[in-house]
Amino acid sequence: MNFLRIFTRSQSSAPAARERLQVLLAHERASVGDSDLVTKLRDEILRAISKHMQIDDDRVSVKMERGAKVSTLAVDIEIPFDADKKTKKAA
Amino acid sequence: MGKVIVVTSGKGGVGKTTSSAALGAALAHNGDKVVVVDFDVGLRNLDLVMGAERRVVYDIVNVIQGEAKLTQALIRDKRLESLYLLPASQTRDKDNLTPEGVEKVIAALKTAFDWVICDSPAGIERGATLAMRHADVAIVVTNPEVSSVRDSDRIIGLLDSKTLKAEQGERMEKHLLLTRYDPLRAERGDMLKVDDVLEILSIPLLGIIPESMDVLRASNVGSPVTLADGRSAPAIAYFEAARRLNGENLPVTIPGEKKGFFGKIFGRKAA
Repeated sequence: MNFLRIFTRSQSSAPAARERLQVLLAHERASVGDSDLVTKLRDEILRAISKHMQIDDDRVSVKMERGAKVSTLAVDIEIPFDADKKTKKAA
Repeated sequence: MGKVIVVTSGKGGVGKTTSSAALGAALAHNGDKVVVVDFDVGLRNLDLVMGAERRVVYDIVNVIQGEAKLTQALIRDKRLESLYLLPASQTRDKDNLTPEGVEKVIAALKTAFDWVICDSPAGIERGATLAMRHADVAIVVTNPEVSSVRDSDRIIGLLDSKTLKAEQGERMEKHLLLTRYDPLRAERGDMLKVDDVLEILSIPLLGIIPESMDVLRASNVGSPVTLADGRSAPAIAYFEAARRLNGENLPVTIPGEKKGFFGKIFGRKAA
């Protein structure tokens, strides 16, 4: 078996491992490092808005995207149709 | 004041416990007072690897909860007078380790020992973060394997954010210990090479432990590999790593690397 493998062996696998790791870690370092910040921002933005409007926690997305020169922070909040009324009732 | 070292890795089974025991014994070999602390509460294995499993009476949780004194829980190694073990609890869970308790124990150990080696549990949870919290130096144990390298990268991130040193704005001293390295497979291109791992993780190299039967043999008989057979290849590698920890500027030889004339003279710059 071993004898055959010498001839049938395709390319070595270490370069593939190296490449996959480099791509993966470049991506993970960017996202994991800031996960705390994004969560904090999300919480504080939510708190600020929910003072004035009823919003659904699950319908909020906060995304941080890192570019080479500019990073963007995208906040997407879905406001329910009757959000305004509810707040008035509560108040 | 002793130096606190955490031996850590994200992934399990890469050789943290083996390395803690081997490095502890290597440092104690010179007469330094060393204590190896098992932080893997709930699972514990360091006692077994060091051959002290039948001598455990009290453990770190007993000490933290005030049920035993630190001196009662410390187990002195039968082979080396200056080597001690503080075992983890097998029966309780990791929530019994409180941050305040750990802080007290580490502070007490620091005054009595030259080296406090903390064997961290795998993962990134409470146990692991508590083990690294008070460290002065971190040893990141990694196998030349994708999953291990990735998890090590994560751990390096934690070392730079969740430790006392990081919180005080200082930089944690980190070293890479590459274990289970097989030069033949690396040469064939079927294993990440030392340089690949170093480039990806970019922390200084403390040592390369070659894949060897001697490691398993040593743990089978309950002896740190540096004591079981001091002249085996992994033992020599651990002894050299210990000397580097001690501040010696010793070049790291990569197992299996054919060295040229200049290579022999200059070697590789170590951590």
